[in-house]
Amino acid sequence: MTSPADSVPAVRMAGVSKSFGGVRALDNVDLDVKAGEIHALLGGNGAGKSTVLKILRGVYRPDAGTVEVLGHKLSEHTPDESTRAGIAMIFQEMSLVPTLTVAQNIFLKQEIPDAFGFVDDKEAVRRSRVLFKSLDVDVDPLALADDLGAGQRQLTEIVKAISRKAKVLILDEPSTALSAHDVEKLFAFLRKLKTEGVGIIYVSHRMDEIMRIADRATIFRDGKHVLTAPIKDLTLETIIENVVGRQSRGLSGITREDTRQDKVLVELRGVSGIHKPKDVNLKIHAGEVIGIAGLLGSGRSAIARLLFGIDRLASGQILLDGKPVRIKLPADAIGLGVALIPEDRLRQGVVLDHSVADNLALSIFDRISAWGFVKKKSFDDLAQKHISGLKVKTTSAQSPVRNLSGGNQQKVVLGKWLASNPSVIILDEPTAGIDIGSKSEIVMLVRELARQGKGILMISSELNELLSACDRIIVMSDGRVARDIDRNSLDDPERKGDDLQFAERQLQKNLQEVRTHA
Amino acid sequence: MPDLPAATAPASRGVLSMSFLSNWRQNIIYLGFVAIFIFFAVTLGSKGFLDSTNLLNIIRQTAMIAVMAVAMTYVLAAGEIDLSIGAVAGLASVAAAMGMDAGGVIFGILCGLATGLLVGCVNGLLTTGIGIPSFLTTLAMMGIAKGVSMWVSGTKAVPILSDSYNWLFGGGNLGPIPVLLFWMLAAAVAGHVVLRKTTFGRWVLATGGSETAARYSGIATNTIKFRVLIVSSMAAAIAGMLYAGRFQTGRFQLGEGDELSVIAAAVLGGTSLFGGKGTVVGSIIGALMIGLINNGLILAGLEFSQQLIARGAIIILAVAISQNRKSR
Repeated sequence: MTSPADSVPAVRMAGVSKSFGGVRALDNVDLDVKAGEIHALLGGNGAGKSTVLKILRGVYRPDAGTVEVLGHKLSEHTPDESTRAGIAMIFQEMSLVPTLTVAQNIFLKQEIPDAFGFVDDKEAVRRSRVLFKSLDVDVDPLALADDLGAGQRQLTEIVKAISRKAKVLILDEPSTALSAHDVEKLFAFLRKLKTEGVGIIYVSHRMDEIMRIADRATIFRDGKHVLTAPIKDLTLETIIENVVGRQSRGLSGITREDTRQDKVLVELRGVSGIHKPKDVNLKIHAGEVIGIAGLLGSGRSAIARLLFGIDRLASGQILLDGKPVRIKLPADAIGLGVALIPEDRLRQGVVLDHSVADNLALSIFDRISAWGFVKKKSFDDLAQKHISGLKVKTTSAQSPVRNLSGGNQQKVVLGKWLASNPSVIILDEPTAGIDIGSKSEIVMLVRELARQGKGILMISSELNELLSACDRIIVMSDGRVARDIDRNSLDDPERKGDDLQFAERQLQKNLQEVRTHA
Repeated sequence: MPDLPAATAPASRGVLSMSFLSNWRQNIIYLGFVAIFIFFAVTLGSKGFLDSTNLLNIIRQTAMIAVMAVAMTYVLAAGEIDLSIGAVAGLASVAAAMGMDAGGVIFGILCGLATGLLVGCVNGLLTTGIGIPSFLTTLAMMGIAKGVSMWVSGTKAVPILSDSYNWLFGGGNLGPIPVLLFWMLAAAVAGHVVLRKTTFGRWVLATGGSETAARYSGIATNTIKFRVLIVSSMAAAIAGMLYAGRFQTGRFQLGEGDELSVIAAAVLGGTSLFGGKGTVVGSIIGALMIGLINNGLILAGLEFSQQLIARGAIIILAVAISQNRKSR
């Protein structure tokens, strides 16, 4: 497809930078999106994609650089200005009000007036039906948003954005909750919008979709622009190579000694949840770290949720130390020596305003108390032991956790669970939102725990972190275990260049392949 | 079982049973109202419960609560709360009475309304500007408003001598019908139409339903909250002036403790304390129900202490019912 050179670009970002608290999220990046093209935005975690999207949507104000939409330069950087400029964005399940109906949500802030100037809900329902029909999908405009399934909610988000008659449409992982069937409908619709001259920015981790739908792609890495090229000039290999990059960000030096023992701590036999996972068989040995990889929506957290008693077991059997167990509640799991370190540590992991020492002791106050009184000495010893063992950087054991950096907060969460001496530890995105230095420290800690004979299940979207921590990596797709890979098999047989980087490409390829074959 | 297409599977049946459930919960207030009415009619009929004077008295006693409950519906639906309304009603009654004494009826009315506007602006600014939760802002304002009204009036009742004011604001009757009923109906109709039929009402519900989603949809949620708190204070000021007209005095105790009855009325009527849901009609019925219960308990010869206990139990019941749906 050729687009006339004189036509105004849908989006032009030039020299845009943005920092958060001293961390550079975007460094002098450019982005050009033509009217009437589907432009893929690619990059790993922390590459800066979502910062770019939020700047476009007016949620963030850039520190430097200019943003033009259809030739009009943004000055206020507010959501309202972006909307007026013609930008609409499909968030990952963020813009629907659960207590309003589908039709009310679609026309929120652009309500249709009737003859008296009142809100015309009947007309909104009628127009919603038309919109859903043009997408050829089936969603009831009168249903409450809260009652929709994930796929229907996503379709509603899409229809909501489309109904704004946007000139620039941003889709951030739009297909995660959609069935293959609905993805086809979405693609057909996007192609139609394209012919109408809408500039579309498409963000997805699913390379097969990118290859099919996008015209051009821009790749970001570590907040910098790497390349922009027509998709037909790119192969899966070149994309992965550019997304992964050449440096492995301080994780390559970590050694993985084989600490696996013969004892099986956890065994899953044909385990299925209500939706996900499906028919999982898995053994975790003492001293073994097993990683779970998978794209968003692949069900990578589902095993952890089952094992920790958050989700209900639909069928199959869980064995701990060779004995069948029933885990109905997190309390059951904790009692059986299973610990889950959740992704959302700020909400679930620590009490921010309490001191480091209090947080470390939180789950085991009963063990260091007598007659209801906390034994001062045991309490202090425990705090000191974990602060030095985990290398928590804090001015004192008494400072509130709030004052610590993200990485050190995460170490306190780890310490809190280690205090209860679990035999099986599940980590869900253990390094989300923390700096590189703390990342490698946490990975080293995971290895140390394995050396002590713990069985560890680690879920992460950061492949290099899985590769440096794990002995085996399970690749999930559609709730099933699609591959079970020995970590060492991913190494470059010729041992040249950066080994971790080679392995990351191999694993990334595995992730994309299971998706294509699904 | 084969894979269901994720997007289309759980639709129709789930929605049907859900809407039946939520309708059932919304409608229980009406059933409850009728049930309590019949119960009192049967048990207290001989004590004059069904006399038209008694029934109209219930209206007179409930009208102020109902007017404030209409506004409270907006506040709660927007995900906020206003605890200052009772004290603001008292302050407005004093301001109106003193203003009238100094500069005539119109000036007095303006003083009452200005009180509501001023308090609403302060509540709104503190809540949306500085970001103090409205619970704390209005809790503090409750004390301030009460203190100011005690101070300016010297804790004394300020008499209102204007018969026309006293007739229009609460004391009068149109034939057999108390003027207060018209105030209540006006508040109900205006409140209902604005909440259901205007963009403002829709944006209030959206703000309380999910502030993030509302903001991402382009709604200035802080402006909505600001306005809602003003509406609430203005309604409280009007209620205070109605008290003043009914009792022909402005007094700091007027409206004291009403915030609890008002919140209870709104919650009984199906308005969620967590925002996003609310109906004005429900709040009115809720207010009438509380009036009905108070009246019945008095006729039944219960002491004030026992009335308080009964009312508290009813509030707990209402909240328990309104919460049930979220537990999944």
